Amino acid sequence: MKSLAELQAIREKTLNRINLRKEDEAEATRVVIGMATCGIAAGARPVMLAFMDEISKRGLNHVTVSQTGCIGMCRLEPMVDVIVPGQEKVTYVHMTPEKVGRVVAEHIVNGRPVEEYTIGAAEK
Amino acid sequence: MRDLSLHILDLMQNSIRAQAKAVSLSVLLKDDGMLSVIIEDDGCGMSEELLSRVTSPFATTRTTRKVGLGIPMMAENCRLTGGDLSIESTLGVGTKLTATLDTSSIDCLPLGDLPGTVTTLVTMNPDKPEFTLHCASPKGEMRFDTREVREALAGVPLNEPEVAAWMQESLREEIEPIFGGVIL
Repeated sequence: MKSLAELQAIREKTLNRINLRKEDEAEATRVVIGMATCGIAAGARPVMLAFMDEISKRGLNHVTVSQTGCIGMCRLEPMVDVIVPGQEKVTYVHMTPEKVGRVVAEHIVNGRPVEEYTIGAAEK
Repeated sequence: MRDLSLHILDLMQNSIRAQAKAVSLSVLLKDDGMLSVIIEDDGCGMSEELLSRVTSPFATTRTTRKVGLGIPMMAENCRLTGGDLSIESTLGVGTKLTATLDTSSIDCLPLGDLPGTVTTLVTMNPDKPEFTLHCASPKGEMRFDTREVREALAGVPLNEPEVAAWMQESLREEIEPIFGGVIL
């Protein structure tokens, strides 16, 4: 295994940040990805990894990524919910790793949902 | 599903939904080109009645919906190569799924991004279950255990983005020499 010692370095780097975050858990933006058979087959895994990568690159502290099952709209997978505290939940559909950068930059960082990727735009 | 790693991700979700505390994945390639994928968990297990139905894609009652297409699609891909898929399960003890594929068959799916699958599973389930991975081929073997990672991180959650990046990279470094050139 690529040395566990490297984890030590990661630990030192992140520990402070984690302690800070614990204080305002309710402020966290949540990214929820559909990871049932339909989501996985449609490409949810690279989307999820792209979110982790983008969050890591930008050093975003208050974002958590989690999974959910099938919500019954398999044809729109990969689907991603972005839940910013105090705002309405936004559902993105037909997600790709390429779209993730814009969602993170425009929605999670700057607070403006990417309208054209949302379920509202897809269902028109 | 485009490759085996996606099937594995999907099948292991069943172990997670079965409330497993520990899930182990073994991917073993033999000299003769036969590949075994073994997923073993200590989750709730299945009754004999449910076990007899899980390989059917059209079992559509609420209780079987959590199984759905995942198992039958993998079983089909195994049989296409001349391999098979079998499941042993005991209620309250756990479940063991064994899939075999002949990698010399033209119908055999590539292994795909196994590091991505393991990283996704761990990141999405940072607290439990514990995951172990064992990969082996005539070229070598590797083992990975989330318990070791957890211990080294001492309090830092396994779903930190930096940890996920580390996991993906280190798994890739170790898995590629084992399966590279054959089924990756």
